[in-house]
Order: sequence, then C-alpha cells, then structure tokens
Amino acid sequence: MAKITAGVATSHVPLIGVGIDQGKCDEPYFKPIFAGYDWTKEWIAKPENRPDVVILVYNDHASAFGQEIIPTFAIGCAEEFTSADEGWGPRPVPKIKNHPDLAWHIAENLILDEFDMTIINEMDVDHGLTVPLSAIFGQPDAWPALIVPIMINVVTYPIASGDRCFRLGQSIKRAVERFPSDLNVQIWGTGGMSHQLQGPRAGLINQKWDQTFLDDLTADPERLRQIPHIEYLREAGSEGIELVMWLVMLGALTNPKELHRHYHVPASNTALGHIVLENGK
Amino acid sequence: MDRNNQDYKVAFGDIPGTLVFTAERARKGYWLNQFCMSLMKPENRKRWLANEQDYLRDWKITTEQKAALLARDYNQLLALGGNIYYLAKVFSTDGLSFVQAVSTMTGMTVEDYQAMMAAGGRSPDGVRSIKEGK
Repeated sequence: MAKITAGVATSHVPLIGVGIDQGKCDEPYFKPIFAGYDWTKEWIAKPENRPDVVILVYNDHASAFGQEIIPTFAIGCAEEFTSADEGWGPRPVPKIKNHPDLAWHIAENLILDEFDMTIINEMDVDHGLTVPLSAIFGQPDAWPALIVPIMINVVTYPIASGDRCFRLGQSIKRAVERFPSDLNVQIWGTGGMSHQLQGPRAGLINQKWDQTFLDDLTADPERLRQIPHIEYLREAGSEGIELVMWLVMLGALTNPKELHRHYHVPASNTALGHIVLENGK
Repeated sequence: MDRNNQDYKVAFGDIPGTLVFTAERARKGYWLNQFCMSLMKPENRKRWLANEQDYLRDWKITTEQKAALLARDYNQLLALGGNIYYLAKVFSTDGLSFVQAVSTMTGMTVEDYQAMMAAGGRSPDGVRSIKEGK
C-alpha cells in the first residue's frame, strides 16, 4: 500500500528560483538562504527517504488560472506539466511528470469524501510548484520523483479556511493509504511565511509569529487549524495567507516529528521558512 | 470562524496599508487583471513595450486604470482592482524584481526598502489594526 512517510514545507519565493537558475547560490545574499536546504538534500537522497511521489500543495499565482476560472481546490491529473512563463520566460527546469493513476485515485476519493475538486488536465505550473522542487532537488536532468500537483486558491477571496485545508489533508491521507501499490509518498506544503507584497505595509515580517507557527506544527496543530484568515493577514501580512497550504500537509500527517528547520529573513520580500516532518503513527 | 461574507470582508478593511482582493475588487479589476495575463506571451510583451497606449486600446480598461498602468502607479492599480500577482506580469515585463516593484508602494527608496528587509523587515507593531491602533 502507498504510505505518506514525511511532510516537507517550504516557502516558494521566486528569488530562490532566480538564485538557482542564474548560479548565484554562493553569493553572500543567497548563501544563508540555500544553506538551510543542505540538510534536506542529504536526507532526501538517502534511499529509505527518497519519495516515489510528492504530493505538492501550492498556489497558482495568476499563471495557469486568470480571473476567468477560480477553483478553490484543484488537482493536476495529466501525464506531465511544463514550467509557466510568468512574464520573464519559463524557468529552465525539467518537465514535471505526474503519477496520473495516483492523482486520479486521489481526485476520486476526495470527491467521494465531499471535497469538490476541480480536475486539471492542461496547465503550466509556476514558481509555486517549481521553486520548492529546485530548492530541495537542485538542478537534475529529470526530477527524481513523480509530482501530483494540488492547487489551493489563495488569491481571490474568500479562500478556504485553514481548518478546511487541514481536513483536505486528512482526506488526502486516507486516499493515499487506499492506493494499492507500494509507494513512498511525501506531501509538501508550500508558500509563506510572513510577507506582504502590496501597499504601504509591504515588507511586513513577523518572526515571532512565524516561529510559533513552526513550533505548533508539532506542538499544537489544533491551534493552527483554528487561525482565522484575518489573523494571517494582520500578523503575517497579506501574502502570509499562503500558510494555509502548510495545513493541507499537516492534515495528511499523524503525530509528526520535526527533523529539520530553516528560517531566514529576508529572501526578497519574504521570511523564508522550511521544515521537514517525519510522519508518526 | 467568520461565516458571514459581509463581516468577513469588513474586518479586512481594518488592516492599515492593505487591500485584500475581495469580490468587489476582482470585479472592478477584471479586465485590468486579464490584460496583465496577456503579458505572459513574449509576442504580447514585445507589442506592449513597443507601444503601450496602442496595446491598451484592445482592452476594456477604464481611463483611470490606463493612466495608472502607464504611470506604473501600483498603489493606484491595487485601488482600482488590480491584484499583485497579475500586476507582477507588468513589472516583470519591465525587468523589475519583486523587491524593486514592491518598494515603490511603500514611499521608500528601493535602497531604504532593501535595508529594512535586511534588518528583519517591517514590524507588525502599529500596523495590525486601524481601529485599535496597534
């Protein structure tokens, strides 16, 4: 049977992609950003940790979806996806290969479990999905895992509540455990941490709030589930709302144990957060 | 949880210096944002940069929105229904980074903004709530 073995969360700041694509990782600005991923790179390269499939929870930043269609929850079911042109040309990364059997299996189970997923067969994937892959897998010729993309709308309000995202994660876990082949599956939550990209309040960072959020992924998941949108917006900035996507990851884990944490300010306008959680029993 | 859509949105109005992308803004900015999406194609970027006024003629964008676009007045564009992830296509086409573009909304120079970020970013103290002034 397929099993979720770990959860990985990371910010997906476009600048991380720029640093990798333009070979700037050793520059003083980028060095502390990338240093925090060294542990994870080593960990994920070990055969016992290497995922067959990554369920990658991210948001589209007006790339695949404009204003014409706004799915609250969507799942990519096609064979493969290509890197999007976000205005500066597509990132030079390998094609993203899906596990369509697992993706459809998850889609079917989620819908039967009353999560009304939008099924996506044609789309390009933007930095929300490709930056986490680059941060953790570097620059391989082909991604070392298959990727099931799950998209959460965090752009046009109202968006799904944190608790709803957590419950989506629980449902994903049940679906994965019903998949009848032995797969090592990881679930990744992306986006965040505190940042605001708009208006006179832009540049907001709340390190204390972020660190408590990181602590409570293992110490108090129940508190995180109940954080209302207004608290994310006030405390973690308007784009800090992306952290609800970490709750999809969290919901798919049982009694997670923290293996590694990385937190650095700034990466562009953003507080970069990254955590690796081992799934418990 | 806030289940009432009106209460939910009213609370957003209490955050200083922040415009949450609600249905009202999404409706107001529909064509402005869709125009931004058109800049994901290299041939459109080329045409836009060659003659911005001419390019805008094809779009149902208000005079106010057009003026704000030509002036790259991002605060005004947000007020007129633009969303930052859509507007990112405009500043990316200009060759600006997120830091460069975002700093223009803060009244700071890009150097001062970068220095603020390097020093840990803008504190939330004093900018959480207009009503409570904290």
